[in-house]
Amino acid sequence: MAEERDAEGTEALIAELHKKIKDAFEVFDHESNNTVDVREIGTIIRSLGCCPTEGELHDFIAEIEEEEPTGYIRFEKFIPVMTRALVERRYRPAAEDILLRAFEVLDPAKRGFLTKDELVKYMTEEGEPFSQEEMEEMLSAAIDPESNTINYRDYITMMVVDEN
Amino acid sequence: MGCGTSSKKGNKSKKVIKAALVIQNWYRRYRARLRVRQHYALAIFQSIEYSDEQGQMQLSSFFSFMLENYTKTNNEDSALVTRIFDNTRRESQIKDRDDFLGLIEVPDSYDGPRLQFPLTFTDIHILLQAFKQQQILHAHYVLEVLFEARKVLKQMPNFSHVKTFPAKEITICGDLHGKLDDLMLIFYKNGLPSENNPYVFNGDFVDRGNNSMEILMILLVCFLVYPSDLHLNRGNHEDFMMNLRYGFTKEILQKYKLHGRKILQVLEEVYTWLPIGTIIDNEILVIHGGISESTDLNTLHQLQRNKMKSVLMPPVLGNQETGEKRNKSASNYVEPRKVEPDKTPSEDLTKQEWEQIVDILWSDPRGKKGCYPNTSRGGGCYFGPDVTSKVLSKNQLKMLIRSHECKPDGYEVSHDGKVITVFSASNYYEEGSNRGAYIRLSYGTMPQFFQYQVTSTSCLNPLHQRMNAMESSAFKILKEKMISRKTDLINAFELRDHSRSGRISLAEWAFSMENILGLNLPWRSLSSHLVTIDSSGSVDYMSSFDDIRIEKPTKDMKSNLTETMYRYRSDLKIIFNIIDSDQSGLISMDEFRTMWKLFNAHYKAHIDDSQIDELASIVDFNKDGNIDFNEFLKAFYVVHKYDKPGTSLA
Repeated sequence: MAEERDAEGTEALIAELHKKIKDAFEVFDHESNNTVDVREIGTIIRSLGCCPTEGELHDFIAEIEEEEPTGYIRFEKFIPVMTRALVERRYRPAAEDILLRAFEVLDPAKRGFLTKDELVKYMTEEGEPFSQEEMEEMLSAAIDPESNTINYRDYITMMVVDEN
Repeated sequence: MGCGTSSKKGNKSKKVIKAALVIQNWYRRYRARLRVRQHYALAIFQSIEYSDEQGQMQLSSFFSFMLENYTKTNNEDSALVTRIFDNTRRESQIKDRDDFLGLIEVPDSYDGPRLQFPLTFTDIHILLQAFKQQQILHAHYVLEVLFEARKVLKQMPNFSHVKTFPAKEITICGDLHGKLDDLMLIFYKNGLPSENNPYVFNGDFVDRGNNSMEILMILLVCFLVYPSDLHLNRGNHEDFMMNLRYGFTKEILQKYKLHGRKILQVLEEVYTWLPIGTIIDNEILVIHGGISESTDLNTLHQLQRNKMKSVLMPPVLGNQETGEKRNKSASNYVEPRKVEPDKTPSEDLTKQEWEQIVDILWSDPRGKKGCYPNTSRGGGCYFGPDVTSKVLSKNQLKMLIRSHECKPDGYEVSHDGKVITVFSASNYYEEGSNRGAYIRLSYGTMPQFFQYQVTSTSCLNPLHQRMNAMESSAFKILKEKMISRKTDLINAFELRDHSRSGRISLAEWAFSMENILGLNLPWRSLSSHLVTIDSSGSVDYMSSFDDIRIEKPTKDMKSNLTETMYRYRSDLKIIFNIIDSDQSGLISMDEFRTMWKLFNAHYKAHIDDSQIDELASIVDFNKDGNIDFNEFLKAFYVVHKYDKPGTSLA
């Protein structure tokens, strides 16, 4: 890499980031008018590799919403904030072993699994609770219907493989 | 995050909260990624679908081109072109139904459904039961239904008028595209059609799915039993030329080996008698595609709708109406059917009337204001919310309900609630791609939406597995698109690869892909599925073609010729079908050559005459001067390296 390309390098990097953000945004821009439904913002941010909590997401949206919220987010407002988040490497996802430890905290008896009721209780009552739809979806993928339990090691492996 | 061994209750609770947060956070990201993958797959399916439709429209302009240029061709050629046009414009001298039906008997051994005319609701039940068991309705009954339907439809105006006031509810369904399970599900959830349960089916009953015939029969029989309560609107696929490309013709010829051609002939005419739209309570317009800024309901009410045979057969234009430059050497310019600007010969619509119908059947709503040509599909336009407001208020209407576009949730509301899209074929592109929906309307209330998704019993898979299946299907067809343009793509890549390293930047790759394929897709996000990217972020552009190739009839055929054949195979199939006037499946070598010359000139396919001659002799398998074009086209198909044999899509 020639030195004179360094300055251009950053510009090029930003340009590529912008393109990437635009691509992700456009997927949800159903009317092709550079706006997306505010409820899709979380999905878009996460598709770009970020992992904000619901609280962080809420703050992000507050920053890019219109003065009088319209239910839609405009691309011009979205892109500077999203670019900054990517450049500053904000909202990094937790590593896989952290995820495993989290399950183990919920399973102090170290059985290797959680029962359906336990998982539902934790996910819908603690932290940033799941909606019913989210809970049902997670169960449909995670649960072993015969034993009504979730083997969390297997579950993590499956989710991680899918990511790649 | 360690595990405290002797923690106070407060600490433990904090740990639990933190743990829950980690899991929820991770899951939400996982779910978001799945949803985005679903959207990408849908975007791929949709853009390829529309680009295909564009191909259909291009064929239309090819026919116009042939007609305009035929005087330049020599005598033999012009004879061919005349024949093509005589075939496409053949007067529907549909023989009397007695001529047709008299020749077809239902044998005693037939154990499929038997209908009794005049039809009653019993026949509806008989049909539904039979189709659930995958029986096939005998050609005799198919033709009887078609003839009866033609008779009744002929009496109807261009727009059906329906009232829900005071106490009726009406159900509106969108595209079904031959998916029988969806229709069965709708009837199960919403009840069969009757005087108290009216329906509007908003076009595109056929093509793509495997049961177009069954759906058509059910709908036509219901229509014949309840003509005032079952309303059918024509869609852009109720068009015999679209059927040639998109599967219904093939389905008919497969299910009805003996009488398929007769059925096709009558069907062609029945389509033209389908009403253009339905108007509910004088305030809601239900049409298949959309509108344009020039949509004029008065014109649409008055024109003779049955003259709209196909979107591929625009009215023949006179000198004054065409915008294209006429050939200067027009000294012995002979015009075939010339149309005087103010008069229409009995067989054609005016240009304006024809365009009005195309707009109704092909347009799509968009957020951008104004009215623009619909470049994705190649026909109709994109219309903005201002166009909707204007056209609706000009005609004292309140709402437009249309179909034509697949939506992930089965329906979509746009243009400030003035436009509703309803699409009733769930899993349209692939298992898990989208839900289907229908609308229930009654006077003075908000429309109610009902959604569903047909799942095959073997497919109660969790979301991520369905996602994987859909995704791999989408990428497979995208790669097939890529290989059909391999030569052009490689040229574009090499233009940017100054050092001949086989690598270019992601940006350059994305730009070339979009440019050559003409598909508006998020290429950067899709790149990892299509091509190998090394650690420095450079794209190894040849890697896309490692696991896929086009099979060809002989080894020595040049790749650009192979690609061209593969790329245009649908168009060629249609053209050959038309040339083949006696429907023998064979055309002569001369016809083949002539057709190719014209095709080459219009499509700029860069195939020179010697290649054509070579090709012609290759495909004349029997060396008898005739070409079996179905065999010929079957010879070009894509092989995916990791497929089991026999599973590639031709």
